[in-house]
Amino acid sequence: MFRNQYDTDVTTWSPAGRLFQVEYAMEAVKQGSAAIGLRSKTHVVLACVNKANSELSSHQKKIFKVDDHIGVAIAGLTADGRVLSRYMRSECINYSFTYESPLPIGRLVVQLADKAQVCTQRSWKRPYGVGLLVAGLDESGAHLYYNCPSGNYFEYQAFAIGSRSQAAKTYLERRFETFQNSSREDLIKDALFAIRETLQGEKLKSSICTVTVLGVGEPFHILDQETVQGLINAFEMAGEEAPAADQGAAGEEGAAGEEGAAAEEGAATEEGAATEEGAAPMEI
Amino acid sequence: MNLMDSTHSNPMSLCSQADSQRTLYPYVTGTSVIGVKYKDGILMAADMGGSYGSTLRYKSVERMKPIGKHSLLGASGEISDFQEILRYLDELILYDNMWDDGNSLGPKEVHSYLTRVMYNRRNKFNPLWNSLVLGGVKNGQKYLGTVSMIGVHFEDNHVATGFGNHLARPILRDEWHEDLSFEDGVKLLEKCMRVLLYRDRSAVNKLQIAKITEEGVTISQPYSLKTFWGFSAFQNPTVGAEGSW
Repeated sequence: MFRNQYDTDVTTWSPAGRLFQVEYAMEAVKQGSAAIGLRSKTHVVLACVNKANSELSSHQKKIFKVDDHIGVAIAGLTADGRVLSRYMRSECINYSFTYESPLPIGRLVVQLADKAQVCTQRSWKRPYGVGLLVAGLDESGAHLYYNCPSGNYFEYQAFAIGSRSQAAKTYLERRFETFQNSSREDLIKDALFAIRETLQGEKLKSSICTVTVLGVGEPFHILDQETVQGLINAFEMAGEEAPAADQGAAGEEGAAGEEGAAAEEGAATEEGAATEEGAAPMEI
Repeated sequence: MNLMDSTHSNPMSLCSQADSQRTLYPYVTGTSVIGVKYKDGILMAADMGGSYGSTLRYKSVERMKPIGKHSLLGASGEISDFQEILRYLDELILYDNMWDDGNSLGPKEVHSYLTRVMYNRRNKFNPLWNSLVLGGVKNGQKYLGTVSMIGVHFEDNHVATGFGNHLARPILRDEWHEDLSFEDGVKLLEKCMRVLLYRDRSAVNKLQIAKITEEGVTISQPYSLKTFWGFSAFQNPTVGAEGSW
């Protein structure tokens, strides 16, 4: 993307029918550190890479609990993300108060999208520079949505945003058809693998990532570092390159070790079989 | 949606000219509503009377209405306020349907919403002069609750408003049980309505029974209860105290 004479205002169209300021806002999302989400029929997992400015500082919070049944992971301008999270929390709590019932996630993402759209049509505003992966439950089960600075939103089986997210997306594209019926544990494992893809060789440790789970009967919560490190150790011990194609395994953290061993043999055949999939999830 | 309109611009909301803008007393009122949970859902009964003070003026007032797909609302108290509540709920259900997303407001949500409305109006000293019974079934879950004009709200297996609390609830406490059949439920409600007919001066002998199940709402055609007045004590009623006074 190069500078041009139509990119100063969000209220100026280009002759090709583009709003460059909105597109530049979406670039900001691509610069943020990676966040990924995946869902099954009953659970949604959000995970993100924690980048700290320097060794001396703490890392930024990128995953927020919005309500017991909704969580959001952000990538881009985290300040904008915090403001939108506060809006989402406010909407959820007001709905809960009036109706004594959780706000259906489908409605929250529409409200969020409409809020983002306003900023693409006012000369005195700028678009939010943050992409949101919203995980939540409603009457029809578990859902994962991606909200763009443009005001668009899409539902996904699995998605990744932020820097080096393409590597994670490639991994998720290979595996996404199994997610719908995945167990909770397999879903978390897949999330960790996807995160590892974005690290491009850097060692995956629980100190540089955050993993959160939400499910039917399981309120949104962040997995503690010990649990995450335990899961990482379990599959790394077995030297897994990619998980097995079998979905029967209902691993607890203890059982993950034996899954890892079985997966090693499965991995080689898996690579061969996977390439013929080619089916891509919904893209923007 | 602007529910609370007239009084908020005037700070002296309790006195002088502002009084013409708030409810002081009811005019046309309905009497008791009774609701019970039964095997397949909720049964509700209410007569069709609209009293104008002590005059039994209107005799075809429908005091129970379906709300959305999953709820049934019965009201006692000021009929015009009930009609206002129906307008609010109509708008609420309309917006809910407009989302067109497979989610819908169930009886619990409608009950909570009504509680908020009633309590907010009470806080502004401009109540909707009603006692409401809200029943429904959603995803197999039965729900029965009540809200009063001051915002008191609760759920129970059987509820009633007004005189029903004093005359019908004791009968229900003794005779209600889990998983009543439809026939038994109707018999129980009729027993309560008959007592109310005998003892409540604002009751009229024309009632409807409404049922709500997972399938939907059915409100019966109006009918009347058989009564018996042939007690021997009613022959020569003044035999113990002759003379007029």
